[in-house]
Amino acid sequence: MQRREFLQVAVLPCLAGGAYAAADPDAKFIVEAKFYEKLAYKKTKCKLCPRECVIDDRERGYCGVRENRGGVYYSLVHSRVCAAHIDPIEKKPLFHFHPGSQAFSIATAGCNVNCKMCQNWDISQSRPEQVRNVYWPPQEVVRQARDSASPVIAFTYSEPVIFYEYMTDVAAAARAAGVKSVVVTGGFIQADPLKELCKHVDAIKVDLKGYSQKFYADVVHGDLKPVLDALVSMKKLGMWTEIVYLVIPTLNDSEAEFRGLSTWVKTELGPDVPLHFTRFHPEYLLKNLPPTPVSTLERAKAIADAEGLHYVYVGNVPGHPGENTLCPKCGKTVLEREGFTIKNDHIRHGRCEYCHQPIAGVWGA
Amino acid sequence: MSRIGRREFLGASLAATLAAQDPSKVVIARDQSPSGLDSARVLKLLDRAVQSFFARDNPVEAWKLIARPGEVVGLKVNCLAGRGASTRTVLVDAVIERLQQAGFRGQDIVVWDRLNSDLESAGFPVGVRRDKVRFIGNDSAGYEDDLAVFGSAGSLLSRTLTRQCQAVINLPVLKDHGIVGVTMALKNMFGAIHNPNKYHSNAGDPYVADVNALAPIRQKVRLTICDALIAQYEGGPSYMPQWSWPFNGLLVASDPVALDTIGWQIIEAKRKEKGLPSLQAAKRAPSYIATAADAQHRLGTNDARLIRRVEV
Repeated sequence: MQRREFLQVAVLPCLAGGAYAAADPDAKFIVEAKFYEKLAYKKTKCKLCPRECVIDDRERGYCGVRENRGGVYYSLVHSRVCAAHIDPIEKKPLFHFHPGSQAFSIATAGCNVNCKMCQNWDISQSRPEQVRNVYWPPQEVVRQARDSASPVIAFTYSEPVIFYEYMTDVAAAARAAGVKSVVVTGGFIQADPLKELCKHVDAIKVDLKGYSQKFYADVVHGDLKPVLDALVSMKKLGMWTEIVYLVIPTLNDSEAEFRGLSTWVKTELGPDVPLHFTRFHPEYLLKNLPPTPVSTLERAKAIADAEGLHYVYVGNVPGHPGENTLCPKCGKTVLEREGFTIKNDHIRHGRCEYCHQPIAGVWGA
Repeated sequence: MSRIGRREFLGASLAATLAAQDPSKVVIARDQSPSGLDSARVLKLLDRAVQSFFARDNPVEAWKLIARPGEVVGLKVNCLAGRGASTRTVLVDAVIERLQQAGFRGQDIVVWDRLNSDLESAGFPVGVRRDKVRFIGNDSAGYEDDLAVFGSAGSLLSRTLTRQCQAVINLPVLKDHGIVGVTMALKNMFGAIHNPNKYHSNAGDPYVADVNALAPIRQKVRLTICDALIAQYEGGPSYMPQWSWPFNGLLVASDPVALDTIGWQIIEAKRKEKGLPSLQAAKRAPSYIATAADAQHRLGTNDARLIRRVEV
């Protein structure tokens, strides 16, 4: 079985209560969108992401999961789960949020960008009718999370922004049940929906896919500035945020980009926001490029460290020492990782066990 | 997927031969009668257009030049806009009638578009008709598992296109498009892919051209018959009756770029007549047409000096 097939079906068959959806859109999946404007001649303008698609009647937005029906704009993916799995939180990766916990992870079809390196393109670049789905209302997701002893629900794999209404409904139900919620996103979202989202979820990991508009235009089919603005908003709203920067050979791996990114993070977000430089593997429309040399990731980390960021990681290189969390004061290893596993934990009540320096993050009891 | 079979080679050779005779001829056939177009008049109009295009006295002989009996012929209609601004059933029925008279069996004719519901909304049945002609949406037929890639386009292709049809007749509608300027021959192929919503940025340039350069589309589309019975010069692709007019015509070409170039001219002329700004001024000029003609794509010509416009 391919990784992709595994990803889509790993949890679905073994959990009761999920009936496979019919091929055609079903009323139970459809809710009116929260953020849009009605325009003349039954057109609508989506206000969820910065793309602001203007949609004719019977047409869909760029994401492929929001449709204008007679001048009313709908999400077609509420409770329409196409991928589910139980992952370690380190896989998101969130390194400073309840380390070692399990995240019950779900996705629907669709995405508001089209990254050439997407690892999950078969669900992110598809419409909901083109993939297999289960009907999981919010309470069902919470039940699955609790039954699988997962203290966290993660919205991930595709792009959670495009299933916004479902995500916020699940997060609200989860919070009421004492389950936390995290979002793995490209951060391509407008200010108002982001502000509302931050009321419901507990942490956000942002895939900052590059540090130039050219890269965003050519490779992501999006824009850089709205993502940077969203990161600043998350910081102001007190949301625990981590950043992943996937380093792609020749496309976004220059020293100037690493330095510019690191300076920006320190200046705009502060030195305590974790920054993960992760390894690219050839996928989707970028199969012509090699995996990222580990030395490039180490160079990126060295630059970010030198800029004064406290928590810089090397990712997708299991066993690399750059996976560990070091105390920014005494330099000792306070969280030792191997892949997605925590080998040693020397954080006590949010502080370094050795020098009592606070370690930024959400550590729990 | 890029391999070409013997049957497709023969078909492609036939099309290439036709194209070589008059590579960028665009026939515009119009019915000037003031009354509405019923099925008999549409059939006559179709005959006039196709006979003129292929320079044949007998309409049935002309259809034999599009494909060989035994080949499965797909009719790619455009049904997104419902009955108002979709490929009309009366035209499709006329095409089917002539194909059958030319020796194509009903089961070798497939009418297809993106969704079954789109077909139904435009007045087509879904499934197998009494004459064994099939009507099927991509949502039923499915898509290939492997990506087809050209330039900026990476898409899964309709299995109706890849697995059922040896030849395709493209049957778009002449109309305005609020994002990409115009939608005719080239844009209609967005109905052959799983992710058309990804390709409307920058007025569809270069995406429309890239999609049409995907090998199965480039190799199988033999002819375009553009439904301009009722055309639309503003407010598309949805049906807007206030911006539609009875052009009472059909455009026929084997060069989709040339056809779109002429169609764009027709829409611009109507916009000017109605006091609307040009598509360039409206910031949605269909620049993808020129891209389709460039050296990377070579899908046809947009050079007015090379296009032979024939009005009948």
